[in-house]
Amino acid sequence: MIPELGHYALVLALALGLIQSVAPIVGAKTRDAALMRLASSTALMQFVLVALSFSALVACYVTSDFSVNTVFENSHSMMPLIYKFTSVWGNHEGSMLLWVLILSLFGAFVAAFGANLPATLKAHVLAVQSWIAVAFYLFILLTSNPFLRLAQAPIEGRDLNPILQDLGLAIHPPLLYLGYVGFSISFSFAIAALIEGRIDAAWARWVRPWTLMAWMALTVGIAMGSYWAYYTLGWGGFWFWDPVENASLMPWLAGTALLHSAVVMEKRNALKVWTILLAILTFSLSLIGTFLVRSGVLTSVHSFANDPARGVFILGILVLFIGGGLSLFAWRASILKQGGLFAPISREGSLVFNNLFLTTACLTVFVGTLYPLALEALTGSKISVGGPFFNLTFGPLFVALMFAMPFGPLLAWKRGDLLGVAQRLMTAFAVGLVAVAATFAIKGGASVLAPFGVGLAFYVMMGAIVDLVERTGLMRLPMATVRTRAFGLPRSAWGTAVAHFGIAVSMLGIISAGTWGSELIVAVNPGQTLSLSGYDLTFDGVVEQAGPNYNAQVAKFTVRERGVTIGVMEPSKRNFSARATSTNEAALMARGAGQLYLSLGDANSDGSIAVRLYYKPLVMFIWLGALIMMLGGALSLSDRRLRVGAPKPAAKSVLQPAE
Amino acid sequence: MTRKQRRLVLIGSSIGVLAIAIGLVLNALSGSIVFFNSPTDIKEKQIAAGTRVRIGGLVKDGSVQRGDNLRIRFEVTDGKSDVPVKFQGIVPDLFREGQGVVAEGKLEPGGILDADTVLAKHDERYMPKEVVDALKKSGRWEESEGKVAGGKTP
Repeated sequence: MIPELGHYALVLALALGLIQSVAPIVGAKTRDAALMRLASSTALMQFVLVALSFSALVACYVTSDFSVNTVFENSHSMMPLIYKFTSVWGNHEGSMLLWVLILSLFGAFVAAFGANLPATLKAHVLAVQSWIAVAFYLFILLTSNPFLRLAQAPIEGRDLNPILQDLGLAIHPPLLYLGYVGFSISFSFAIAALIEGRIDAAWARWVRPWTLMAWMALTVGIAMGSYWAYYTLGWGGFWFWDPVENASLMPWLAGTALLHSAVVMEKRNALKVWTILLAILTFSLSLIGTFLVRSGVLTSVHSFANDPARGVFILGILVLFIGGGLSLFAWRASILKQGGLFAPISREGSLVFNNLFLTTACLTVFVGTLYPLALEALTGSKISVGGPFFNLTFGPLFVALMFAMPFGPLLAWKRGDLLGVAQRLMTAFAVGLVAVAATFAIKGGASVLAPFGVGLAFYVMMGAIVDLVERTGLMRLPMATVRTRAFGLPRSAWGTAVAHFGIAVSMLGIISAGTWGSELIVAVNPGQTLSLSGYDLTFDGVVEQAGPNYNAQVAKFTVRERGVTIGVMEPSKRNFSARATSTNEAALMARGAGQLYLSLGDANSDGSIAVRLYYKPLVMFIWLGALIMMLGGALSLSDRRLRVGAPKPAAKSVLQPAE
Repeated sequence: MTRKQRRLVLIGSSIGVLAIAIGLVLNALSGSIVFFNSPTDIKEKQIAAGTRVRIGGLVKDGSVQRGDNLRIRFEVTDGKSDVPVKFQGIVPDLFREGQGVVAEGKLEPGGILDADTVLAKHDERYMPKEVVDALKKSGRWEESEGKVAGGKTP
């Protein structure tokens, strides 16, 4: 009964979506306020229905109803409750339902908090949002119905892929989807602006909070995915330039560019056409990401099933929205009026620089990701493009971007003074140079590039601090004035500084863990001791432990630093009988911001066991930086002028019924 | 500065950055890509020793030999041809005889692949696409079953 209810709710949502796709546009054309208002109600109702549908699927999973095919394929009655819950989106069908849930959630947000939008714009935005929703409802209902029943209910499920049975997975996909799907709002706003043929600074102010929210979610989502890969895949890497990872990085790069160009548009009414184009491109890249991951074009842990029909369907959605969006852009963009003038050396100029480099970096990732697919389709030869390619292309572009980063916020609008800014950044240059020298002195010249990378990271961090010091007048003005100025400073200025600081922190972590990490891959016998980077690990032996749906071999290692015992590390191997597979649970031990990382390999016949031991200095900075970036986004989001539900005049109170 | 000049600067710098990016991409593509081959391709194409290649197929039954210091030798087969592979390190959890595997490394004289990366499948339902294609080529793949003909399941 419950699965049928869920299915039915989704069909109803589709029907509402179809109405919402057309009615508001007709309403906007004929100036029919009632038809336009209809969109808000249908958007809210769509969310209620999809939420109902999603809850129905959750109920099937939680109660282990194996008569439902996806539950049978991806769940197990002995699995802990939390994983029964997360396996809802640990498969293709369920994750697409999560996708539309978030899509309808954002639609409902616009309906609920978009009271300050002009009526026609709101109607158009909700209609476009509904086009996307309809496409994905159809996709789910026609090719990936999660509620499909089996004629005979099996007694036991086939279990969730063991490496997905992890807390990181509980958080990673919803966050990533919040990001991907959040950009659909920017897309809808862009298409609505093109339909209306009118766009102004206020438009940018409305779009920015949505973009910012999506960007924050995507930033943390990518970081979570990277951390998950780091500790579950068992070989200590955090980023593999895997096509699936690139699929999430591309919208992030384009979205970051969009955030910055929207600032120019809001403040200076310039770069309008470009901002619209970026909004379309960002969501297009999210769709391409979905296509790459969901269609089975690529094989990875994310491609749950290779069903050609699905790939073709998503490709259709892709062509429709990207092609349609870009065609509309080509047709209507010339109507949009050009905005304010600015000199190349100015805040606007620096943001253009930022956009240029971010989009070009995004392009290189795009080429590296899709070139192998194109080559295989055209010539049949298969190649793999890996880390070296991206280090050579993406790397230099990002270094240029990082170098220019502290200049942007310090330049004045319209016409800036490059020399003056360089003078104000003297402290940052000095700190960077000292960091280079210090790194060479401590670590030696084994890697020439890495100390300069460290210098660059410190320079960007100090640049962010200089920006705040300049703005608040710290060191120049009396403390009381500084305090007032600090509180008076727009939150978005704080956000900028914090986010820029964050990316430098991540950079520091990447360089440090990548360059000065050490590793040891050996076979050890019980009683033997491994030594790495000043740590001694003694192998005490292996014990068997039973988990809810697996058996684990847990190896115990006592860790000593300079002879003092500092703890025990227990990496383990889990064997899942339902799928006849095993997973590797690496043991992590935090040492400051660095980590000791220990994972198990095969047991040999002589009683020894193969292990990988890594010491990764400052590795936690990589993810800490992402959190700091998100914090910057949150600060910026809390800026008064961007607040989603801006206060409305209280004229309506007269109309309220007397109680 | 007039609107026209401003636009010129903008377009000029965009083209400049794009040109740099294209240069970087071409340079990287010529130096850092790796071609994928099936064991039969390796035999037939006469690939020069020292080339980096990626091969995919099944770990041949009875071919795995483990040595000291985590050294391992095995043969990758697509049913028609076999390629010997040597590797030092920890092979993936799901590395087993008769199972799909992808190895990347330098081809040595004598046709041995000195692998620095060995990848296996993630779970029992997933087979690397490259392996599937290699097996399809040699006719050892049954489409309807989604399984390897004659391959044993552990």
